[in-house]
Order: sequence, then C-alpha cells, then structure tokens
Amino acid sequence: MNRLRMSRLRTWFLAPAWAITLVLFLAPLGIVLVYSALTRGAYGGFSEPWTLESYTRLMDSLYLVILLRSFWIAAASTVGCLLLGFPLALFIARSGRRKNLYLSLVILPFWTSFLVRTYAWMFLLRDTGLINATLQKLGLIHDPLPLLYNDGAVIIGLVYSYLPFMVLPLYATLERLDKSLLEAAADLGARPWQAMWRVVVPLCAPGIRAGSVLVFIPCLGAYLTPDLLGGGKSVMVGNLIQNQFTSARDWPFGSALSLVLMGIVMALLFGLLRRDSEGGLL
Amino acid sequence: MKWLSIYAVCAYLFLHVPLLILSAFSFNSSRFTVWEGFSLRWYQSAFADKQLAEATLNSLIIAVVATLIATVAGSLCAYGLWKRNAPVLAGSLYLSLVTPEIVTGISLLALYQFLFRFLHFQLGMYTVILSHVAFSIAYVVIVVMARLRTVDGSLEEAALDLGANEWQAFRYVTLPAILPGVVSAALLAFTVSFDDYVITSLVAGVDSETLPMVIYAIARRGVNPMVNAISALIVFGLGALILISTRLKSGSAA
Amino acid sequence: MDAVLELIQISKHFGAQRSVDRVSLQIQRGEFFSLLGPSGCGKTTTLRMVAGFEEPTSGEIRLNGQSIQHLKPYQRNVSTVFQNYALFPHLTVQQNIEFGLRRTGAADIAKRVREMLELVQLTGKESRLPTQISGGEKQRVALARSLVMAPDVLLLDEPLSALDPNLRKQLRGELKSLQRRVGITFLFVTHDKEEALSLSDRIGLMHKGVLEQVGTPEDIYLRPRTRFVASFLGAMNWFGPVGVRPEAVRISNETAANGVVQQSTFLGNCVQIGALLDDGRSILAETSRLAGSLAPGQRAHFWWHPADELTFE
Repeated sequence: MNRLRMSRLRTWFLAPAWAITLVLFLAPLGIVLVYSALTRGAYGGFSEPWTLESYTRLMDSLYLVILLRSFWIAAASTVGCLLLGFPLALFIARSGRRKNLYLSLVILPFWTSFLVRTYAWMFLLRDTGLINATLQKLGLIHDPLPLLYNDGAVIIGLVYSYLPFMVLPLYATLERLDKSLLEAAADLGARPWQAMWRVVVPLCAPGIRAGSVLVFIPCLGAYLTPDLLGGGKSVMVGNLIQNQFTSARDWPFGSALSLVLMGIVMALLFGLLRRDSEGGLL
Repeated sequence: MKWLSIYAVCAYLFLHVPLLILSAFSFNSSRFTVWEGFSLRWYQSAFADKQLAEATLNSLIIAVVATLIATVAGSLCAYGLWKRNAPVLAGSLYLSLVTPEIVTGISLLALYQFLFRFLHFQLGMYTVILSHVAFSIAYVVIVVMARLRTVDGSLEEAALDLGANEWQAFRYVTLPAILPGVVSAALLAFTVSFDDYVITSLVAGVDSETLPMVIYAIARRGVNPMVNAISALIVFGLGALILISTRLKSGSAA
Repeated sequence: MDAVLELIQISKHFGAQRSVDRVSLQIQRGEFFSLLGPSGCGKTTTLRMVAGFEEPTSGEIRLNGQSIQHLKPYQRNVSTVFQNYALFPHLTVQQNIEFGLRRTGAADIAKRVREMLELVQLTGKESRLPTQISGGEKQRVALARSLVMAPDVLLLDEPLSALDPNLRKQLRGELKSLQRRVGITFLFVTHDKEEALSLSDRIGLMHKGVLEQVGTPEDIYLRPRTRFVASFLGAMNWFGPVGVRPEAVRISNETAANGVVQQSTFLGNCVQIGALLDDGRSILAETSRLAGSLAPGQRAHFWWHPADELTFE
C-alpha cells in the first residue's frame, strides 16, 4: 500500500544519472558497436567499407587460443575461489557472535588498492622476490624458481582478488540454512561428510552459482592481473583488446572482441538472474 | 569443526599475509628482498619524489571531483528510482557495474576520440574525471538504494502531509535518513576512483598521470622498495579513512 | 447539516482491480467517523485519497466545499496519523511536532508546541528521540504533530493496531476524550469492530471497495442492511433469509423442548451454547452465566422474539 505518488521532482532527480549513463556508457558502447563493423584504417582508426570481418577473425586459431585460455584461467580461478571460499564461508556462518568480525576480515582487503594487492604478489613471486630470495638464502635452491609470469601466477592473483565475491553470497545462503536439516541428516545416519555433500552443498546451490558467476565474470575480462603477473606469456582476452587499441591499432577488431566479451558476460548474468530470480545476492 | 578452523586460518593468512609482508619490507634498509635492518629511507625517497607528489595530487583532485559528481548524481538517481520501475536506467547501471574495465576504458577512449574530431580538445584531467564518474556512479546508486530499502516510505508521506513540498520532504526527512548510505557510497566511489589504473591509463593525457599509473610504471621496471612504501601508505591511508567513517557513522546513529 | 468532507462517487483502480468503487460519503464537522472493514476492503485507500497520497481514478473529494482531489498532500488542510506513526527518527519529539509549523512558516511556534505537548501529556519529553519513548508515547507524538496543524479533518490509519491489547483499550478512551476536547473531525480507519463501535459517532462499513452501509453504531449493529454487515459485526444464526444474533436467542425449560445442547463454553462474561434443533438446524446462543448450567445432552427450548429477527433478501 505504500505506493508513493510519483512526483515530478523525483523524475527530475533521474536526469543527471540519465545524462551520465547515456553519454558516458551507452553512447561509447554504441560507438564501439559501429567500429566493430568497419575496416581498420591505414594509420589506425577505421574506415569504410562495412564488414563483419572483425567477427570472423575471431575464429582464427591465434585468437581462439587466447579466448580459450581466458576461459580456462577464469574457470580455474573460480574453482580456486570455491575451494577456498566454501569452507571459509561455512566457518564464518558457524562462528556465532564473531560472525561480523570474521566477515569484515574477508572484505577488508577489498577496500585496499587492487593494484597494490597485485603488486604484493609480484613482490612475493618474482625471481628476486621474497620466496625465491628466502629459498636461495636457505640454500634450498640455486637458481630462482619461475614463479611469476605464468598461468599459475595469474590464477593465484585472481583468486586472491576476487575471493570476497565468492565468500559473500556463499555466506548469505549458508546463514539462512536451517541447522535442523544437518541434525536431521545426522539423525538419519549420515556421516558429517555425507551430510555436507548430500545436504549442505545442494541447498547452497544458489549461493554457489551466484558466487561462481560473480567471480567468473571479472576473471574472464581481467586485464591488470594477467598483465602484471602473467607477463607476455599469459595473454588473456582483456590484454588482447588493450593491444588492439594501443600498439596494434586495429580498433575494429578490438571493438568486436569487446562486444563478444560483453555478450558472454551478459549471457552469464542473465542466465543466473533467470535461474535464481531472487537476485538479492547481487 | 577443528579442521574447518585450521582451513579458515589458512584462508585468512592467504588474504592478509601478502599485504603485511609487503608493508613490512617497506621498512627494510636493503634494496633487495632480504631483511637487513629497519630504515625509513624508502619513505624518505617516496616523499622526496616530485613525480610521485604530482601524481598523488592529480589522483586526489580526480578522486575528489569524480566522487562529488558521482555521489550527488548517484544519490539523486537512487532516490528517483526508489519504488519505481525504470528498467532501462537501472539495467544500464547494473550492466556498467559488470562491464570489464578494459571494455569501459576502450569504449570511453573511442568516444573521446570521436568527439575530438569535432571539438578541439585532447585527453586530459577532465576526460579522466568524466570516466571515473561513469564507472563509479553505479556503485553509488547500489549503496544508496540498499539504504533506501530500509527507509519507511510513510516518513516522506508524513512530511508531505505536514505541509512540506517534495523538495523539503527530501531535504529534511529522506536525505537525513539515507545520509549514512550516501557517506558509504562516497567512500566507495573515492576508493574505486583513487585506485583505478586500467581505465585511467587509457583516457589520461600527458598532464594527468595518476598515482596508480606511476606505481604501475615502477612496478614493471623491477623491484623497488619505494613502491612498498607507497603501497603501505595507500593501504593504511584508505584503512584509516574507512575506520574514521565507520566511527562517524556509529557515532551519529547513537 | 455542515459537511466538512464530502466524497462524491470516488473510485480507485489499480490495473484491473477496483480497490475503491464509487464511494460517496459526507462527514460532518466535529464528527468521529470510522471506516470499518476487513483488510483489503479499500478503507485505507480511501483514506489515502483524502490525504492526497493516491489520486482517485474518478470522482470528487470536497473539503469545506472545495474540490481537493487534484491538490498535493501539502496543499490540503488534512493531516494523517500513520499506522506505524512515521515519526522522523532523526528529530526529537519537539522537532517532530514543530515540523509542519516550520514548513508553513507559522507564527508563535514555541507557544503552540508547548500547548500541544501539554494536551497530549508529553511535557518533559521534548528532547527525546522517537527510539527513546514508548509505543503509547509515540502515538501521542504522532497525534500532536498532526493536531498542531489544526487540520479540518484528522485522518487516522489504524493508529491503535501497533500497540499491545491492554494499552490499546486504554488509549481508545483517551483518543475519544481528546477528540471531544479539540473538537476536530476525525476520520478513523480500522478493521476492529469493537474499536469502531465504541469510538464512533457514525460508522461506514466497507467491503470489496464498496461502502455497504453508513450509520450510527446502534444503527448498523441492530439494523444491518446486508448479510455482510450483519456477519462482520457479530456472530449470526442464519435461517434462510432470516438472521438471529446469538445473544437474542433465549433458552427456557418451561415449555416443550425443541433441541439438545451439544456443547457449552464458558466465555467469562457469558456462556456460549451450541445446540442441535429437532428439525436438524444448528443454533448458537449466548446467555448470562447466571441462567444455570446447561450440560451437553440436556434438552431445552430455544426461541427468540420476532423483533430480534433480521431479514435480508
């Protein structure tokens, strides 16, 4: 019954946000859409004729490999977050009065700089980094281990950065979970592990789905993490896009890549929202 | 339960140890990653660095201006969207939140380059500010909307009923009720703006190098404990900001 | 007659749903008028249209003879006491009461607020925040905040329902005497028939968006015009088109018995008897507990005065 009568003032209040969204979000995407259907210009930029060549080039094995690698790194990072995040969320959900403290300890690093957090792993993993330097000083190794600039380093960096995105929705579903269900399972003869696997995990499916999508999306489009931790070897689609707009100067192809990436992100999100229409987790 | 606790401790170590080690080594007297002794030399060289000072100032100006614009526009928008169906605007804002940064960056770059064909401008501080407003406004809208959901709609009706017009009802009743949310939103906008590298690096001009851009450049060149010192300052600076604001909020709530 | 508020054929449709359907009503100056009905009957929507929070789909609302249905809430001299009171949480009791006067730029604010605080007995609690006072005090602040505006009509949306039952009965009396003292017209919305019957000068009973009957409490209780009104106001024995209230049913042993007691329930102020008549009909009766005990299985004569019969088409 608490329907506010829509006042003109409230409609005007939307105007600045509308202007910002139109000019600085929708219009740029529109321009990218137009570029993606044009041909690369002689000195960068673009020119006619209209063509879908930029999209067909995506099927080129060179780029397909990068797309597939992006998927694999994003998937591995999501699994990593799940393996690390699920027990952590379970621990927090069961920790009684200290819940809020433990939860804020998960969110806290999120408030510090993303760049600094990524640099922290460079500091640890590089050839002259803390881990190698310590191992060398202890005499355990002679030559430094190649810890940085590979897929593994990228995955560690992504898990580290996006773990809160997994823990929060998992915690939200675990919190709501009825404790008596576990007791009922135990009562019916289930061992703790069986109860966990057969009862808790299936009931947490919405949280697992939400967390996975929320982690997978930024991982798939990651740029800074593969750039700093993956070096030149571990190129993901984000780096490929950046490259097209800077050194390669192929704006139409970069635009096509961007739109394909956006399309995948939207499809994932739409799928999630359709399945778990609560949407409150977002 | 015991195993779960051990596992959780490991997860927390994974989350917090890298930044702690990074900060600890900012006090190392050696240039190399082997502890030699306590020293403040990296802080001294960081504070003496003119380029760093200039970049920090740029970052602060950009973050403050972008935060102000995004907070005002975003809060008004959240209020305008309250109990209303506006799927296009709300959907666009959500979409901008999940758009990969690199895509936001190149599309803004494409927009500016397109506009520069007609207008004789070039990339600079203001393109960075506009871009920061563009990606931080959605954060503001979401945080303020979350706060608005806890606000009783009849408060505003009561204000209208007692002779306040729409603006007065907003100004004297709804705004005070959502103010803590607006402050949180501004803080979040400031953080994401101050921290951004990917979008900024694409749309910045020669006069608008920001702190993350300088850190990135040094980090790429190799180990430099000065970056540890700057990082520690950023981490604790932002931490202090969050702490102060939560104190202020809990103080005003009492 | 001096009608302060007139509703003329007002309707409110939400999509296909007719929440309020062609309601016409005249409320007299100084009257305590209740809109009574089950939840979802349209009474709150009617109130909100008078307050200006909803615009009628059709029809006219007149205040002192002037059309007001197109005016904004802040342009109408009516004031609302909300179900949850809607006190401004960041303002003190005093600031809450001052709120409206400050918006309209009234003179001698301090004096009027002081008088109002005295009237609702809140002197000494001016500087408390809404979170620091009791439920009953909150209600009084909400009343004071509206009354200080000297509205032509005070609209009350179930103002007692948020309180616990004991307090509710006590405040019911206070509300009535307050209305007598200030002499302001009250339009009171409730789903509680006891509240409406005990407080009102007149009652309008609503059902499914339609105003079923308007009259004094005695009028609508004793002479309900529809079956719905009759059953909503109290239990009924239905014998075809004829209805008899349980308290009108008499039980005697003198004449030939025509039914057998099935159960007997002690209700404190009366005893409720359920019986099966010999012709197969069930009947419910309420008698004074002094009438002697009637155990299940006992036979008795059940009857009523024809004057107590209510007949409907």
